[in-house]
Amino acid sequence: MCLAVPGKIVETRDERGTRMATIDFDGIRKDICLAYLPDIEVGDYAIVHVGFAISKVDEATALETLALFRELGVLDDELGVTGGTVGGPIPDARGGVR
Amino acid sequence: MRFLDEFNDPELARRLFDEIERLATREWAIMEVCGGQTHSIIRNGIDQLLPDSIELIHGPGCPVCVTPLGVIDKALEIAALPEVIFCSFGDMLRVPGSQHDLFQIRSEGGDIRVVYSPLDAVRLAEEHPDRQVVFFAIGFETTAPPNAMTVHLAHQRGLTNFSVLVSHVLVPPAIEALCSSPTSRVDAFLAAGHVCSVMGTWQYGPLVDAYQVPIVVTGFEPLDVLDGIRRAVAQLEAGEARLENAYERVVSSAGNAAAQAMIEDVFQVCDRQWRGIGEIPASGWRLSDRYADFDAELRFGVSDVDAPESSLCRSGEVLQGLIKPHECEAFGKECTPRAPLGATMVSSEGACAAYYQYRRLDVVPVEVGVG
Repeated sequence: MCLAVPGKIVETRDERGTRMATIDFDGIRKDICLAYLPDIEVGDYAIVHVGFAISKVDEATALETLALFRELGVLDDELGVTGGTVGGPIPDARGGVR
Repeated sequence: MRFLDEFNDPELARRLFDEIERLATREWAIMEVCGGQTHSIIRNGIDQLLPDSIELIHGPGCPVCVTPLGVIDKALEIAALPEVIFCSFGDMLRVPGSQHDLFQIRSEGGDIRVVYSPLDAVRLAEEHPDRQVVFFAIGFETTAPPNAMTVHLAHQRGLTNFSVLVSHVLVPPAIEALCSSPTSRVDAFLAAGHVCSVMGTWQYGPLVDAYQVPIVVTGFEPLDVLDGIRRAVAQLEAGEARLENAYERVVSSAGNAAAQAMIEDVFQVCDRQWRGIGEIPASGWRLSDRYADFDAELRFGVSDVDAPESSLCRSGEVLQGLIKPHECEAFGKECTPRAPLGATMVSSEGACAAYYQYRRLDVVPVEVGVG
């Protein structure tokens, strides 16, 4: 939960007054909220925490961190990719730590 | 140095280790506050590669681990109600309450959903106007702005079927509690970088001054952690106590103003129980009074349950850095990630789970098939 993942903003939009974006985390795309980084633009990199962009980072830092996460195999876990459909029924109990 | 090759820049890692070795002339105990840092340290063997004079003490910065038992029991009580869709971050599902965990409630028919973003819970409330959607809003300062936003939006959109069970905890009061504890052996702290990306670093200066303890704001990647340790050792050896930011590429001294404003609006500071540690004054956030309509505790009338922790579990001592996980007699035996006695064995940010995942073969023989 506490791992914050950098990604690249690929599209921004307004959803009922809240600024949202599609972000690309190393090939995994997610919808995130930009309410806390109102000035960030398409093409910028942001560190994202549970679906919210919290701080802007430079591209080199973001790519380095993503490469490390990919190597550690933590990206899917943190983004909920292996945890079943977001908001859907939860998967069966899994053994061991991830 | 079997782990050195695993750093993303082994040469830089070696230089940092060499520098720490050169600096350290006496014994120092440094606490990494953040569970993500603990995970990095154990996974990469940083504690084993450091000179013997530098001890790393694993701090309480794992939100899953410190969420109090009474709150878990409230979550279980609410999640079992037939009208409720209970939304949680995935790490909370296996945290033991006094009798069950959320997985068991789900197997008995509870409608429990894992959310990636707290906004998913708001969306579920809009999609299911006939159900009560409850979001389990836990965490440190990093998850507080996203969690606060759910309440803001639910209020703005007039959602009457959405509420939050709030159990937020704060880092600076925990550091203060550790500094003032007579049993504390901590000489310096690595503060949690992502907490500071929200709150800034300004809260830590007064702690440095009051307790004359170096605090280094540190990231959680292995090289970040090493650099934080290097800076802490340099200060300690020079007899200095300063607030230092080793994570400037992400953290500013002011933090994220918009996020802080939302927290200020939705939450207010309260005393908070920390699982395994006890009550720390002014160490949490609860919903502010103006959002009481969204308080799941009030809506469902759940009350505190006075339940004792497992007598075998020593997670409180682990969380305070008094023992290492494998020094607990139950580690890897009665207590595994599959059947955890304490929350520190549940989350990947928990010290016990990190030791179990990366160290158990080094320290404890474990039966084949366990975990």
